[in-house]
Amino acid sequence: MSELTITALRFGFLLLLWVLIFSIVSAMRRDLMVGRKAAAGAPTARQVRRNPELAEEPQQPVKQQARQLVVIEGPLKGRTLPLAASPILLGRAQEATLVLEDDYASGRHARLFPQGTRWFIEDLGSTNGTYLADQQLTRALPVELGVPVRIGKTVIELRP
Amino acid sequence: MSQLSTTPKPRRNVELALLLLALAVGIGANMLVGVDQEKAFDSDFWFQSGLLAVAALVFHGVLRFRAKYADPVILPLVVALNGVGLAMIHRLDPPGDDTGNNQLRWTLIAMAVAIAVIWFLKDHRILRRFTFISLAASALLLVLPLIPGISAGEILGARVWIRLGPMTFQPGEVAKITLAIFFAGYLSSNRDLILLAGRKIGPLQFPRFKDMGPMITAWLVSIGVLIFQRDLGSSVLFFGLFIVMIYVATSRISWVVIGLALILGGGFAASRVFSHVELRIDGWLNAFTEEVYGRAPGGSHQIVQGLFGMANGGLVGTGLGQGRPDLVPFANSDMIIASLGEELGLIGLFAIVLMYLLLFTRGFRAALGTRDAFGKLLACGLSFAVALQCFVVIGGVTRLIPLTGLTTPFLAAGGSSLLANWIIVGLLLMISHTARGPVDTTPLPAAKGAESTGIDTPTEAVKHL
Repeated sequence: MSELTITALRFGFLLLLWVLIFSIVSAMRRDLMVGRKAAAGAPTARQVRRNPELAEEPQQPVKQQARQLVVIEGPLKGRTLPLAASPILLGRAQEATLVLEDDYASGRHARLFPQGTRWFIEDLGSTNGTYLADQQLTRALPVELGVPVRIGKTVIELRP
Repeated sequence: MSQLSTTPKPRRNVELALLLLALAVGIGANMLVGVDQEKAFDSDFWFQSGLLAVAALVFHGVLRFRAKYADPVILPLVVALNGVGLAMIHRLDPPGDDTGNNQLRWTLIAMAVAIAVIWFLKDHRILRRFTFISLAASALLLVLPLIPGISAGEILGARVWIRLGPMTFQPGEVAKITLAIFFAGYLSSNRDLILLAGRKIGPLQFPRFKDMGPMITAWLVSIGVLIFQRDLGSSVLFFGLFIVMIYVATSRISWVVIGLALILGGGFAASRVFSHVELRIDGWLNAFTEEVYGRAPGGSHQIVQGLFGMANGGLVGTGLGQGRPDLVPFANSDMIIASLGEELGLIGLFAIVLMYLLLFTRGFRAALGTRDAFGKLLACGLSFAVALQCFVVIGGVTRLIPLTGLTTPFLAAGGSSLLANWIIVGLLLMISHTARGPVDTTPLPAAKGAESTGIDTPTEAVKHL
């Protein structure tokens, strides 16, 4: 085989190595992207910049499903939990789905469970109570998107 | 909002695409090795490439089926590294020797074992039940090479091999996994005790001896490895694993300080007591002195030849199959990094180091994402073990630290190391599957009699960032 081919193959291989690395990094970048938009198939920032009419679209949702639980206040502020089809136990106990590091929360404080298209919250006999939009819970009530639920010092919210 | 998680996506197709690219790298390397000798496309080449590709695709298929939320970049990275290693070993085979095919055989066995781990284990939390069995298993694995009947004797100054029929096996490689399982299980159950109970002396808090008992046992094991097996590399690896896992569990910087002090002190003492350690350090510091270079056992011949090879490779390398990496002793195992550096150059070597780096970041990402303390610690410990191994080997070859006998994960010739590292990959994939998948609220299937001991609590209070 000619010298030239071998040299070309040699550099080609180095190039291939780096192509692999850059593809992996770009796959990871998409993986780490602040994902709500990407996951919902909504336009990315770049697409919005190019055609501005896309930006308006998410403002009028028909009826959005809650897809994640976000802690907006308290020691765990910023934590999110994706919502699947299974109930979620909130409390300080080790077996809770979201383990609250909150001195004002009970071990098994409250339960969040899906029914139909909505999520309901139910207090499990906690000491300090569970508040849905400043109303103390006495029975299971539906939680709408963006309505704060307070447990001790922790406030959580459902987000699409 | 600092952290927003996406709705879980399997991303298996991304993995398939990256896997094909990784296979192109591995098979391309294998092709280039023979290209100048006009034997590029002989039956051997097709056989090797075919087997590697089929094994990788089967692994991918199993992931689709059993762990569909597993991290999509871990498998391609490992397959690429393994493929490049296979090509290099194949290239270094002297005529009539088949280390290359032997390595391929071990790759297939290791992949099959990793698949079995994913298939049968299903959930890494089950491993927590084997905390103390793991400690016993580690001790047994480490003692095996010292038992006269099965020991393969002293090879190259270290007693770390056992004889299994016609093959030799290095049980210490598997011991790093069982030790990581033990540390993860023990620390996740006793974290609070170690953190809170105990006396405070000065600025440092010392835990009660009772809580530290098993940890001290583990530490003594790693010292025992150094003294009885004369294996400096494994000793550093086990001790590093121990320090990092206890640091991750307790987030006390004092552990790292104590650990580093013990390593430096122990290293200094070892260099005084053991002649082989002293020779290694001398060969590192005075590598280019004539008498050190030419000294019969423990000279710096190997490391200096490796450096010359890499210097010969320069920025872009001599090209696969074009250099003379075979001049270096153990060019296909201990010094494979130098061989790759010579033939792929700095650009290629950096690509390989970067692949390792990406692999660790994915391991740590899995640790961050998973919700149980045991999984977090296990993923951290396993990825760190691989990272430390890379650091010790690559640092040794490039004369940053003294050269010690550890294997380069996935690249170096050696079945035990491949097997252990593929099992680690299997475990990391499984942990990343739970980390990235939807929240699983079903409790673990209860183990009989485990409740009473309190070992089986499914999750642990974990400080989330």
